[in-house]
Amino acid sequence: MTESASKQQAPMKAKDYKSGIKPVWCPGCGDFSVLSAMIKAMAALQLKPENVAVISGIGCSSRIPAYLNVYGFHAVHGRALPVGIGLKITRPELTVLVAGGDGDGFSIGGNHFMQACRRNVDMTYIVMDNQVYGMTKGQASPTTEPDWERGKLTPHGTRINPFYPLVVALASGANFIARASSSDPNGAARVITEAVQHPGFSFVQIMSPCVTFRPEQRDWKKIVRPAPVEATSDPAAAARRLMTDDSFFLGTLFKGERVAFQPEFGGQSAPVTELDKDFKINS
Amino acid sequence: MKAITTKAEFLVYALAIEEEASERYAVFADQMETTNNPEVAGLFRKMEQLENEHAREIEKLIEDANVPHINPWELDWGDDDQPEAVDFSDTHYLMTPHQALSLVLKAEKRAVKFFSSVAKGDVDEDVKRLASEFADEEREHVAWVKKWRKKFPRPGEDWAEDMDPPNALE
Repeated sequence: MTESASKQQAPMKAKDYKSGIKPVWCPGCGDFSVLSAMIKAMAALQLKPENVAVISGIGCSSRIPAYLNVYGFHAVHGRALPVGIGLKITRPELTVLVAGGDGDGFSIGGNHFMQACRRNVDMTYIVMDNQVYGMTKGQASPTTEPDWERGKLTPHGTRINPFYPLVVALASGANFIARASSSDPNGAARVITEAVQHPGFSFVQIMSPCVTFRPEQRDWKKIVRPAPVEATSDPAAAARRLMTDDSFFLGTLFKGERVAFQPEFGGQSAPVTELDKDFKINS
Repeated sequence: MKAITTKAEFLVYALAIEEEASERYAVFADQMETTNNPEVAGLFRKMEQLENEHAREIEKLIEDANVPHINPWELDWGDDDQPEAVDFSDTHYLMTPHQALSLVLKAEKRAVKFFSSVAKGDVDEDVKRLASEFADEEREHVAWVKKWRKKFPRPGEDWAEDMDPPNALE
């Protein structure tokens, strides 16, 4: 066997999925751990980098495609999911992961989140939840506690109910729902691996502290703990479990049995020149 | 923690320890370079190289053993994080060399504890010997890091004070 043939057959290691670009996240940020979990999951699944696409929106965590040695697309704020859905529908052989933050996914892209859960396309959505908009210097996000008073725009707290992503995902029809923590990168890697393997739309919330604008979140690692129950395929049982969830139970909550949505195109698609014509701006 | 019994199993754990430690030190060195903390960056880079050397030494031992593939989450570390790996959330862009070395020291002590406990367990003679050797090596590291840390002053109360903080809102 030649040296190059032997190299081709060598199993991919986690670090092989990292690009050479150094992350610009703040030291201590949970997203470093999520990056580590994602590459471990890709290595465990032995995904070919040319068959993987990571799509993101806007925000600190949405920088993640640049740090990965797979295809990536840094989309418009809140619109990563429709881009990912479009890609998966037209290129079903690809492994599509969408990644972003809580503001991008649950506020600007909130409706896309619900519709993606309903549509149930076979892809994985990873939300790095730090309950704050970090890139724009610390405003309350949809998952921020109502009494968080350190945001400049909400000095008396938001006083509104936080968004519960797992509840919305379950109610909207996501086929796999889980929570992980950046304090346990190996546990997060396991959950991401399961999520990618499960058919349909998989949603993974990863509690990932913002140490700059929410330094108190460094203590999350002391609060998170494994959920005391195994995953269920019964939505009613999952809903009952969520009634007692305090947002810090980790593990897979729900593994549904819905068939993934994949429309048939019948080989008909407009050539690029036709699309170009449609998008032409007439002066 | 799951009991380690065979040499192959032990080497999988040992390699995972050294590789994860090396990877994390590489991340931390990059962080400190990015945030212009060159002294601490250099220190983490040195640790990355050391752990990487250990990993390559273990890889050589693995060549002769029939080593099973185990996913990182299947390795059982008990209630602790992976020995010798500094927690991702423990770094700070203004951290001092003393603080960085304190994190390293804590991680090295956890490695001593891990390898010592394997050496004391009901394991093959081969595993006992290797685990004892590794524990001794880690003890040497503990002594060396302690000595190294003495060269740096303890951080003052104002170590995290930044005249131009990234989270300034005004």
